[in-house]
Amino acid sequence: MQQKTPQTQRHTIAILVDNEAGVLARVVGLFSGRGYNIESLTVAEVDHIARTSRITVVTSGTPEVIEQIEAQIGRLVPVHRVVNWTVSKPGIEREMALVKVAGTGDKRVEALRLSEAFRARVIDTTHTSFVFEITGAPSKVDAFIDLMRPLGLVDVSRTGVAAISRGPEAM
Amino acid sequence: MDRDGSGMATIGSKAGTMQMSGAEIVIRALKEQGVKHIFGYPGGAVLPIYDALFADDEIIHVLCRHEQGAAHAAEGYARSTGRPGVVLVTSGPGATNAVTGLADAMMDSIPLVMISGQVATHLIGNDAFQECDTVGITRPCTKHNCLVKDPNELARAIHEAFQIATTGRPGPVVVDIPKDVQFKQGAYVSPDAVRHRTYRPKTDPDLSAIVKAVEMMAAAKKPVFYTGGGIINAGLEASRLLRELVKLTGFPITSTLMGLGAYPASDPQWLGMLGMHGTVEANNAMHDCDLMICLGARFDDRVTGRVDAFSPNSVKIHLDIDASQINKNVRVDLPIVADAAKALKEMLHFWKTQKRKADAPALAEWWKAIESWRAVKSLAYRPSKSVIKPQYAIDRLYELTKTKEVYITTEVGQHQMWAAQRFPFEHPNRWMTSGGLGTMGYGLPAALGVQMAHKDALVIDIAGEASVQMTMQEMSTAAQYDLPIKIFILNNQYMGMVRQWQQLLHGGRYSHSYSEALPDFVRLAEAYGCVGLRAETPDELDAKILEMISVNKPVLFDCRVDPKENVYPMIPSGAAHNEMILAELSDTEVSDEGKMLL
Repeated sequence: MQQKTPQTQRHTIAILVDNEAGVLARVVGLFSGRGYNIESLTVAEVDHIARTSRITVVTSGTPEVIEQIEAQIGRLVPVHRVVNWTVSKPGIEREMALVKVAGTGDKRVEALRLSEAFRARVIDTTHTSFVFEITGAPSKVDAFIDLMRPLGLVDVSRTGVAAISRGPEAM
Repeated sequence: MDRDGSGMATIGSKAGTMQMSGAEIVIRALKEQGVKHIFGYPGGAVLPIYDALFADDEIIHVLCRHEQGAAHAAEGYARSTGRPGVVLVTSGPGATNAVTGLADAMMDSIPLVMISGQVATHLIGNDAFQECDTVGITRPCTKHNCLVKDPNELARAIHEAFQIATTGRPGPVVVDIPKDVQFKQGAYVSPDAVRHRTYRPKTDPDLSAIVKAVEMMAAAKKPVFYTGGGIINAGLEASRLLRELVKLTGFPITSTLMGLGAYPASDPQWLGMLGMHGTVEANNAMHDCDLMICLGARFDDRVTGRVDAFSPNSVKIHLDIDASQINKNVRVDLPIVADAAKALKEMLHFWKTQKRKADAPALAEWWKAIESWRAVKSLAYRPSKSVIKPQYAIDRLYELTKTKEVYITTEVGQHQMWAAQRFPFEHPNRWMTSGGLGTMGYGLPAALGVQMAHKDALVIDIAGEASVQMTMQEMSTAAQYDLPIKIFILNNQYMGMVRQWQQLLHGGRYSHSYSEALPDFVRLAEAYGCVGLRAETPDELDAKILEMISVNKPVLFDCRVDPKENVYPMIPSGAAHNEMILAELSDTEVSDEGKMLL
């Protein structure tokens, strides 16, 4: 794994691929085989007719490593395009998390109050628990989870980052 | 790749003109791709394809004795012809045995297409007999691979495999075909009906970069061309253009191990090979240059030595067809991503039309420095009248074969370096060696592949006695197909390069690098129905070499050489280009950091 050094930066890389068997293994195998980091990974088919999938990888590394990651992904045969949102153009990043908090009394009230401040939605509730759905930049999701920790956080499921560029252009 | 075919039918299959079995599709597709020779080994899961091969009388199948041998033979074939090598193996062990050859081809950018049988579709994932996840195992050591589950997608998959293997940066491609798919009927499509959905290698250079490069070249005071296997892969035209450009500029030129032959070794502008065992003039030129023009090489660690001390004062131009090689090991100032022949053509065009001239006075000074390094004669060795020095053996081999059409393959180790240093190549595609992966056992089967493609040429595997035993079984193949390859073994009874490193880096503790029991190579050759020869003294060497050349049979030549000879000059691990050790000064201490490196 890449050591975190002062020049290490976090990058969000979007990869448009042909949705064929093994394509995710090619991308993930490239990261493990060459010792690159994966902080989060999101993948789904985005065009059911053209059968293309979009893989969004959040990675970290020195600028040299990031440049290599983009180039190495670019030479995988089923890859259509590689875009680094962090460098090439300003992108928007969103992540969704489902956050389960269990507790009663003041802590339960505080959890609900904070969830409103974060515009999280309650999607499941019992007398002793909530499941919140929160969407936002990864840092916002991080902050919300940190706040829930002392209030009875029991479980978290995160989707990983989905990213898109601002403005009218496609990837 | 696993395309299910629905909604993705190809143009040709819509026409639905020709239905045939999957196995017949394979043979037909290979023929349409111009395949004349296949190197392979049959087994349960490829029997339908072997059956189709039986019915065909055009494709020549070479039955090797091990799948690794088949893969290396295909590599030798590809490297010496510029055409893709084709391998046919069965599932499970057939595929895993070939993995070394695939990894080798991947590292050295050799175009291979390997067809592997797979267990029937319904058995995949069941731990069936001779099942392995071929696509999973070969994924990191191929340029691309796929499992074809639909016979209607088979022709397309094979045509795409050839396209991918041979274009852009070449490499190995595996097409894994379950046995039921080989039996089932499917539609055949011809190559012209196939267009890959994503694969578009960039081969045309950015002309503004070329113009900039030419400008930098004209301004350079201490330039050097550093060329690699990319020139060979770009075809004969690239070598021709390179020669023209080097002549026109008057610049010195050196090359990597993989690039030998792209520029003629007899030319005065040639500095010899660079890198760990390169010449002093090549490495010092690399270190002191002010402009490095890297063409089709990849700044490999064998070439650069210590990266932070690598050519510290130069501006660097890097031409490569693979964008991922740019700035990988060394930051460069001017990247050009393109096919070498196309880029060289444009460089020549702009050099001529812009009436560029090299800085002649500066270049004269630069050559003066280079000549002083050349005067060191870094490849010199201490001759002997009593024992055969390995360097002497290579020199004699060259002298006695130089009038013939010679192709040289090697194994890996000391003998490989001596061959690279001393055997002069005048033409591309004459030198087949395992560079990136460093595969002992490459040379003998590679020689088979070369000889298969060049029936009348003299094909010599310069070998070591340790390496050659790794694929010795292929002598049987040579005998079966009347391939008169010459296996010239520099027998020093040690894994020589391992011994050399143990001497220099591990206090002379020769841990398991001595072969206590070697076969009698002469009798071994005879057992295979080949010819065995042995030379033990310098006096008898010439006559034995001449005998080897005159025999029209495969020969194992046991050349007994000095067991203690080391390869010099040498850049020790962790050192810079200008810190080479020469033959006389072999007590240099290597830093602890250096010992960590290979």
